[in-house]
Amino acid sequence: MQSKTASAVAAELKNRMTPETAYAEAMKFENRANPYPFFDELRKTPVARVANGIYAVTGYRELLALAHDPRVSSDMSHSPLSARLAVEAPAEADHMKAYGKAKTMITSDPPEHDRMRRQAMRHFGPPHTPDLIPKMEADIQRLCNQLLDKAKGKTRLDVVDDYAYPVPVAVICKILGVPLKDEPTFHAWIHDFMAGLMDMGPEAATEEGKARAAKGKESTAALMQYLTELIQRFIREPGESMLSKMVNDDGADGRMSPQEAVSNAGLLLIAGHDSTVNTISHCVLTVLRNPGAFELLRSRPSLIPAAVEEVLRVESAVQFFPSRSALADIEIAGTVIPKGSAVFLMYGAANRDPSRFPDPNKFDPERRDNEHFGWGSGIHTCFGGPLARLEVNLALETFLHRVKNPRLVVDPPPYRQSNVFRGPQHLLIDFDRIRD
Amino acid sequence: MKTAALVADLVTEFKTHGRIVIVGASLAGLRAAEALRDEGFNGSLTIIGDEKHEPYDRPPLSKQVLKGWVRADHTKLPRMRKVDAEWRLGVAATGLDRQTKQVRLANGDQVPFDRLLIATGVRSRPWFNPKEATLEGVFTLRTSDDSGRLQAALAAKPGRVLIVGAGFIGSEMASVCRELGLAVTVAERAEAPLVGALGGVIGDIAAAMQRDHGVDLRTGVSVEALEGDANGHVRRAKLSDGTTLDVDVVVASLGSIRNTEWLDGAGLATGFWGVACDAGCRVFDINGVVTDSIFVAGDIARAPHALYEYQFLALEHWDNAVFGGRVAGHNMVSLEADRRPHLPLPAFWSGQFGVNIKGVGVGPFGDEIVITQGSIKDRRFAAAYGRRGRIVAAVTFNHGKWLEYYGALIERSAPFPPPPPGYDQAGDMKPIPARFPDPRVPTGVPDVVLTGHDPNERGAEYRPKKRDPVGATKHAA
Repeated sequence: MQSKTASAVAAELKNRMTPETAYAEAMKFENRANPYPFFDELRKTPVARVANGIYAVTGYRELLALAHDPRVSSDMSHSPLSARLAVEAPAEADHMKAYGKAKTMITSDPPEHDRMRRQAMRHFGPPHTPDLIPKMEADIQRLCNQLLDKAKGKTRLDVVDDYAYPVPVAVICKILGVPLKDEPTFHAWIHDFMAGLMDMGPEAATEEGKARAAKGKESTAALMQYLTELIQRFIREPGESMLSKMVNDDGADGRMSPQEAVSNAGLLLIAGHDSTVNTISHCVLTVLRNPGAFELLRSRPSLIPAAVEEVLRVESAVQFFPSRSALADIEIAGTVIPKGSAVFLMYGAANRDPSRFPDPNKFDPERRDNEHFGWGSGIHTCFGGPLARLEVNLALETFLHRVKNPRLVVDPPPYRQSNVFRGPQHLLIDFDRIRD
Repeated sequence: MKTAALVADLVTEFKTHGRIVIVGASLAGLRAAEALRDEGFNGSLTIIGDEKHEPYDRPPLSKQVLKGWVRADHTKLPRMRKVDAEWRLGVAATGLDRQTKQVRLANGDQVPFDRLLIATGVRSRPWFNPKEATLEGVFTLRTSDDSGRLQAALAAKPGRVLIVGAGFIGSEMASVCRELGLAVTVAERAEAPLVGALGGVIGDIAAAMQRDHGVDLRTGVSVEALEGDANGHVRRAKLSDGTTLDVDVVVASLGSIRNTEWLDGAGLATGFWGVACDAGCRVFDINGVVTDSIFVAGDIARAPHALYEYQFLALEHWDNAVFGGRVAGHNMVSLEADRRPHLPLPAFWSGQFGVNIKGVGVGPFGDEIVITQGSIKDRRFAAAYGRRGRIVAAVTFNHGKWLEYYGALIERSAPFPPPPPGYDQAGDMKPIPARFPDPRVPTGVPDVVLTGHDPNERGAEYRPKKRDPVGATKHAA
């Protein structure tokens, strides 16, 4: 069921791991399907130095405290990792230099963060735009059904490519105003970004890893150039999309600068679908992996929203985000995080902290007290959460309703490279038929 | 072993055949009833309420209902489960006989109990002149009926509304009036709005918010008299500064009175400040000895709080009613070893003039304040309150996402001032006096009161140790 046999994992753990080795193991690609035993090991030191200048936080209480501590910055420019993650515009595109380098909501601090978030939220949610998300429901439902209709007559499906991916990408394109016809192009760029820049594991230092990083930077620059042109077009020709409104609206905070709009467009496009894909895939995987869960949720659909939250707890789509750093010496849980250190809030690890969640490795759709970190915590709490919740709930409900007797073909499935945005590369299932 | 088995039998017997009476059919009473059923209490449950309505939610009454968004009778509380209770609604409890274990009702009925929960809450303080209080157009706001009547009066486009008292409710009502385009005067005896709960530094900000939104805010004045026309409708108000106002609606927002009169003579530690209890919701008798069968929850419960030097704390906060009700319900059917304390970190919120105000802790317990994060000018900031070098409370204006941080600091009595934030620092981080009014001044009675240490303070003596070593006292009427 896991990538290694349980006894192999146990034997490995016996070699008394240090936080450094536990972290490295958890980050290793070969452990992507199940990093959790290593997180359990790492959590013995809930706040631990895991590499030069990097502190990983795996305890629930400690993570909660640091996610809300105004001495922890999300401004990437303060992080010792900033150089590694910086995306340089290609030399020949001098006019582009300012673009794609502006801070995003997720890599900035108040007050800039708060202003950008307001400037974006104004066109996405209440009180100014209360109807946008609810009005997507019919579209989402239709998309889910169309995708399953396509599988009629077949008995095998790749849940990732054939179901989980197409729905959120179409929805976010519609909301942002990104042409869906460009999807094959930006899909490849985003893949390179994820594999090359969102890998904090030991493989990143290998030759292959460096090559992936170089390609990731190149593709990210290309994505930024693409979005720059899109934003410039919206400035010339205002439309009804969210990105267009962001650069044309004169709300209380004024319009967003084109530079910031490009950076945030990248964030919204990527974060606006990628983690949703991973969560839908993980929902299917988790439900099929746990005997009885499929029938339970089919017979009691009212449990689906809680089941989705439980999947987010046990398989957090965003395992952590490497933006944060300490702006002062911070003493917590017997550790002093020195000023200037990178601080990784390990959501996936804290979500299985046994001192917070009884029987933490158990998938329990009826778990009542489930304040997990699947959406983050604090001022950077997931911007698109309400949209993602709607998408994942509808996708899971439709799957449960229409796919007759689904079985996992391989467990664990192959995983993607990124240990930050963690999810299956493919998820093959066999089934009897698709119901009407 | 034998004794243990006997006790276990008694618990089972009580859960099966016991009789529990809850007096008070609002938030605390309802949540306690639900907790009792959750705990497996299958005996008889009677819920007595003086209002005829099923339990309803009060926060919307000064906001969405007055704006006309929600009907006054449409704020019923969601039910967490079936409570299978006998509801005695529309009849007040008028007495308690602890010898015979019976609650007396206004209609003469006697309701017997084995265990009793007191959750009678508070009522709004009426206009001090009874004759003027009967004038048409004079309102108070506490119940859904109050809110419905006031909403109708505001919808009729009165020429000017006068709100007397600028606590949270008064300020929220003023905000609604401005949203409805109504001319509104707010008269407050203290130096600024919200000073009872938040102090003068924040009060000045609240005052600026009111004035920016076109409220005619008059501070340091009281309203001495109301005058009606020939039809008995209020038309004029006389202020203590000698001015006169033409008004069509007057709302007395003068704080609350705790509904404890029905307990007079019952031999419990009750009085002006409420019903004294231990942190497990068990009521003290008049001698300060804890009772075993009488519990209290919600606005009128006052219990010693570990975070605040074990002073007795009465909290008129929404979630105090919820959590207090639940703890009371649990403890009513639990043995000593299983009892839980109700030790809430006080928390409250308000919405007014487009600003979401949220707070944690007990501001008036502190004497200093420091604005920590954000910008006062933009009305987006966080501030912390301190006392003797420890943080005791925090408040945010449109900055509520930071409250978790301050709450955690307060819960462990962390040093004050807190460490400077790494960004968006509001100023020089230097604490200044928070300017809480002298608690003996009968104005702006805050919805959180520290009432000293004695469970039996029938005279409601408030003796702040630091400010007033001489020990001046105030005996409430």
